[in-house]
Amino acid sequence: MSNTKKIREKLTIASATLLQVTNVTAAEAPDDAWDIGTAVLFYSESDGRVSAIEPVISGTKEYKDGDIINLKAVFDSLTGATPTGAHASSVEQTFTNPSGKKPYTVAAGELPLDDTFLDTRVALSGSWNTAIFDEYSRLILGGNLSKEYDYSSLGVSANFLRDFNNRNTTFSAALGLSSDSIEPSGGVPTPFANMKVAGTGTNRDGTDESKTISDIMFGITQVINRSTLMQFNLGFSDTSGYMTDPYKIITVIDAAGLPTTSLTTDDLPYVYENRPDSRSRQTFFWKTVHHLTEDVINVSYRYHTDDWGIDSHTIDFHYRYELDNGSYLQPHLRYYSQSAADFFVTSLSESAAASATIADYASADYRLGEFVTNTIGLKYAMPVGKNSEFSVRAEVISQIQNDVGTPIGDQANHDLTPDLDSFIIQFGYDFYFNQ
Amino acid sequence: MYKIISLLSLLLLSACTTVQPWDKDLLAKPSMALVPSEIDNALDEHIYFSKEASMGGQGVGGGGCGCN
Repeated sequence: MSNTKKIREKLTIASATLLQVTNVTAAEAPDDAWDIGTAVLFYSESDGRVSAIEPVISGTKEYKDGDIINLKAVFDSLTGATPTGAHASSVEQTFTNPSGKKPYTVAAGELPLDDTFLDTRVALSGSWNTAIFDEYSRLILGGNLSKEYDYSSLGVSANFLRDFNNRNTTFSAALGLSSDSIEPSGGVPTPFANMKVAGTGTNRDGTDESKTISDIMFGITQVINRSTLMQFNLGFSDTSGYMTDPYKIITVIDAAGLPTTSLTTDDLPYVYENRPDSRSRQTFFWKTVHHLTEDVINVSYRYHTDDWGIDSHTIDFHYRYELDNGSYLQPHLRYYSQSAADFFVTSLSESAAASATIADYASADYRLGEFVTNTIGLKYAMPVGKNSEFSVRAEVISQIQNDVGTPIGDQANHDLTPDLDSFIIQFGYDFYFNQ
Repeated sequence: MYKIISLLSLLLLSACTTVQPWDKDLLAKPSMALVPSEIDNALDEHIYFSKEASMGGQGVGGGGCGCN
């Protein structure tokens, strides 16, 4: 390879690095080849909760005119048990599954979980990255489609990028639009209506709901010096439509903190949750990548705030430690903390549940509570042959929930917001495929 | 927040030097990509989306999911 060609290649790659939208790792890309990435991720939660297997295949091809195409497919298969929103109690609790037909019981002191949870998801996405106006501007058009048995999503996006300042600064502006629809098992629950005894009806309002998500994002990527790159993004997102989780309920408690027994016939002491039908969020994102003598540090921070009262901070850190022969070890640390949504509750009193209307909001979904997530992980990657790479990574994700509100009576005897540990292991294989 | 971001941006822009194309060898390495592994990143984003109430920051779009 001539020096001129080497330099030209490096410049091309440098530009692609700045553009930073698709995974252009074309340093040794053979002509006319697809850069294929594959992975299988195994996910499991402690206490026999959710487990998942997620295979992924992604293909990227750069054409001679500089256009880049990416196609990706993800499959998701989940089984296990998921929290319902109801909390542990000193009495045995009986629930009805989402279809309204089968009862299940949870022993005293146990966290109520719906163990009928089972889902399969297929997600397909594609993008086309092309020059626009001149050689300093790119346009990336993308689309994605995902389908589960009760949920489907269709999204499109457009991202405009422009290089300035000798290609040391890249400005980006992106728009995204997504339309999602849900057809819950058993129908859409009536907000704050009671869960019914199995086989006695379901308190449902219709069969399906939808929501739309609009995103806009502005970003700057800046070369700081020969070994440092920095990125800033500001994102604005608006969601309107149905954001309630149709499978989540809230325990209605009496003055002693036990599930209420003041019920009309066929009612259970749990009501369906209700969330606002609009949500507006803003994010600020900063990332720096720095090359040391051999190793690379990749660190980022995200601030998220929304009008549901959820503020969060995320710090993410990867350190790529280069080994011999192109192998590397990559430790990963992540810290996340969020405040609870304004309408997050652990339970409702009899009077609050009785007087709640569609205009009120309440949810006991632990993901809307106050918690910290700590992640620690390690990845090892090694080259296989000339143009392939095998990798394996393992991570432990610990979610530590904080109690919100003061426990009432019996509630003080139980962990109302239990912590959760999750584990992932992922195997990856990347290679070039010649047509 | 916007004042802080503006100030940070100004500081950043005044601090950086113009790197010439022939000095971009390190920046051009795949390991120096802002997202070195799109697959790892997408899988992580999906996991955290299903477990936490925040999302986004790195880009727009992405597959919707009934998991949250």
